[in-house]
Amino acid sequence: MSAEPVKFYQVGSFAVGNRLLDITERSAQSDPNRPNSINSGHRACQGCGEALGARYALDAAMRQTSGDLVAVNATGCLEVFSTPYPETSWQIPWLHSLFGNAPAVATGVAAAMRVKNRETRVVAQAGDGGTVDIGMGPLSGMFERNDDVLFICYDNEAYMNTGVQRSGATPPAARTATTQAVGEHPGNTFGQGKDLPRIAMAHEIPYVATATVADLRDLESKVEKAMQVRGARYIHVLVPCPLGWGSASKDTILLARLAHETGLFPVFEAEFGEVTSVLPVRRRVPVTEYLQRQRRYAHLFGSEPDTETIERVQAQADRNIRRYDIPEVNV
Amino acid sequence: MRKQIEGSRAVAEAVALARPEVICAYPISPQTHIVEALSAIVKSGELQPCEYVNVESEFAAMSVAIGASAAGARAYTATASQGLLFMVEAVYNASGLGLPIVMTVANRAIGAPINIWNDHSDSMSQRDSGWIQLFAQDNQEALDLHIQAFKLAEEVSLPVMVCMDGFILTHAVEEVEMPDQGTVDEFLPPFEPRQVLDPAEPVSIGAMVGPEAFMEVRYLAHRRQMDALDVIPRIAEEYGQLTGRVRDGLVSHYRLDDAEVVVVALGSVLGTLQDTADLLRELGLKVGVLGITSFRPFPLDSVRAALASVSSVIVLEKALAVGIGGIVTNNVRTALAGLTIPVRTVIAGLGGRPILVESLATMIRGADDLEELTFLDLRTDLVERELERSRTTRKSGPTAENLLRDVGAVGDPHSVRMAR
Repeated sequence: MSAEPVKFYQVGSFAVGNRLLDITERSAQSDPNRPNSINSGHRACQGCGEALGARYALDAAMRQTSGDLVAVNATGCLEVFSTPYPETSWQIPWLHSLFGNAPAVATGVAAAMRVKNRETRVVAQAGDGGTVDIGMGPLSGMFERNDDVLFICYDNEAYMNTGVQRSGATPPAARTATTQAVGEHPGNTFGQGKDLPRIAMAHEIPYVATATVADLRDLESKVEKAMQVRGARYIHVLVPCPLGWGSASKDTILLARLAHETGLFPVFEAEFGEVTSVLPVRRRVPVTEYLQRQRRYAHLFGSEPDTETIERVQAQADRNIRRYDIPEVNV
Repeated sequence: MRKQIEGSRAVAEAVALARPEVICAYPISPQTHIVEALSAIVKSGELQPCEYVNVESEFAAMSVAIGASAAGARAYTATASQGLLFMVEAVYNASGLGLPIVMTVANRAIGAPINIWNDHSDSMSQRDSGWIQLFAQDNQEALDLHIQAFKLAEEVSLPVMVCMDGFILTHAVEEVEMPDQGTVDEFLPPFEPRQVLDPAEPVSIGAMVGPEAFMEVRYLAHRRQMDALDVIPRIAEEYGQLTGRVRDGLVSHYRLDDAEVVVVALGSVLGTLQDTADLLRELGLKVGVLGITSFRPFPLDSVRAALASVSSVIVLEKALAVGIGGIVTNNVRTALAGLTIPVRTVIAGLGGRPILVESLATMIRGADDLEELTFLDLRTDLVERELERSRTTRKSGPTAENLLRDVGAVGDPHSVRMAR
């Protein structure tokens, strides 16, 4: 089962159309009266996946809560590009405290709302560094207490705000400023990485989901579903970063889709620790299709391709396909 | 109501009387009894409405308080020592955001070597954090200061740290007078911030402020603390009128009128110092004691007025600025700028080393011969041995463990081992 009540009509370009649907079933983003939670004019890079993801996620959360929402933000790109004092892109109440404490700050806001007998809901957001690394202690605490917070991680797989350094979410072989493409094994080392959706599931919280900016309607639906649930909820959104990935700005959506279709980034939902839905892929693609479009993997495709490393990445993708039983559905 | 209770219990009850709406707690000795008592008070339904959040670290404790306060709730937490250091980033953030959080610091040493006993190293490390810091000299003052702290914090829009000596106060059972709820309600109005996280009136709080306005924000933080120098005595006066316990709020005087030698200190050691002053006065020495209640903001004028006509000042410090010596001393010297009164530093009681009346009396009697920096009751045999060793063999190593090696307790297979 997918979170989406209605699968959108898909055209050859994979663009989605709203026109055939009743207005109540349309995307939150297609509503001319949408709140524009994060408004235009901010300073994100061209093709920024995070800005796109945040826009869809927050507007969906606003729709689901009838505008009764507070957002908490960790330090990071999203915070920096949205609030260059004295300007702000946020049309909703928004609080930034520190890099590693967004989950705890959100807990505090939720506690204040509860004690004041208000229905106001709380969304906390961070990048992958703020989520899987420096903020993981407070995030795990928030999960464990089952505080009424939706935490959204916009994962661009490195510390982009500080200049593309490796995070616990950086994939193997990727070049970053601190895992350079030099030496015997260029790029990031192969390890377990930090799979936060699975860590979140281990807390047996009511709702965990992953999404990408390639399927924004899916993201919206998951946010809306999450906001219908009380307790700790976690959504992990893959947001390509043209700057950090060395990809064309126009390829943000394409890369997000390829990450899904290769199996490198499984898109699923889980409730109380068990997977409840897996988003099928339209077609399976080899990881090379995904890797080749990013300069962070350029060292794998020199005069002689690094087939051994590419095969190891492919093996990871294949494992995800097996683990989540990702179906291939030709539409 | 008059009660014979532990200091921690007294503080917990006083905090509850202030009707905090969110309490977040992470345990650390010697703060534990405070948050344990509050946990029971909240869980039993005695204090409503209140959310008690058991967090996973002190960093989270302060962060939960930040979120709660920014959303308009009166927030409280308590910590000590390593816990205070672990939350430092959020401590600065709370004051930078101007959030009126109240926090108890049950003063304790900082490791390594790990040490759970009392000194002031923890709060002193945060003297520049932008928090107001009030030091209690006894449990009555500790509970009174907590109630006043909420009013002070909310009036000047700054967080307030109430510092009380770990174990010496937190675990001491003393007689205290506890105000009733009606009195506290009359004294302390509900928290009404100027800006909160409210969907009806969305604001962005915590934006990135660049060079064009950052200095102004810091300057205003300083001005607010300067304003607090007026607000603290006024609130102490108001509180005194309601409870009958009138204190100055900024400093405390003891036999200062004709004093020639004055010892300046903070916290519970003031009681010992006052006893010592009494003893020495019986012997004909004109000794007085000046207590600093408000360490931040530092009451320069009050300190100067109290000390301007004395002949010698000793600052007794329960913390050490390694590499220079006294911390409070520098503040006292600033207060006495232009005067030629000698100000000497005595470091005492680090890591819970008992501060004895006899030692204090000897130290005060020899005030004129004191060096600029003295360590009270330092075991010179131990340190000299290690200094001698390091003169001959310069090798790095953990100091406490080096001392053991010096005395032969470790390292030599034939030596006597420490008892396990």
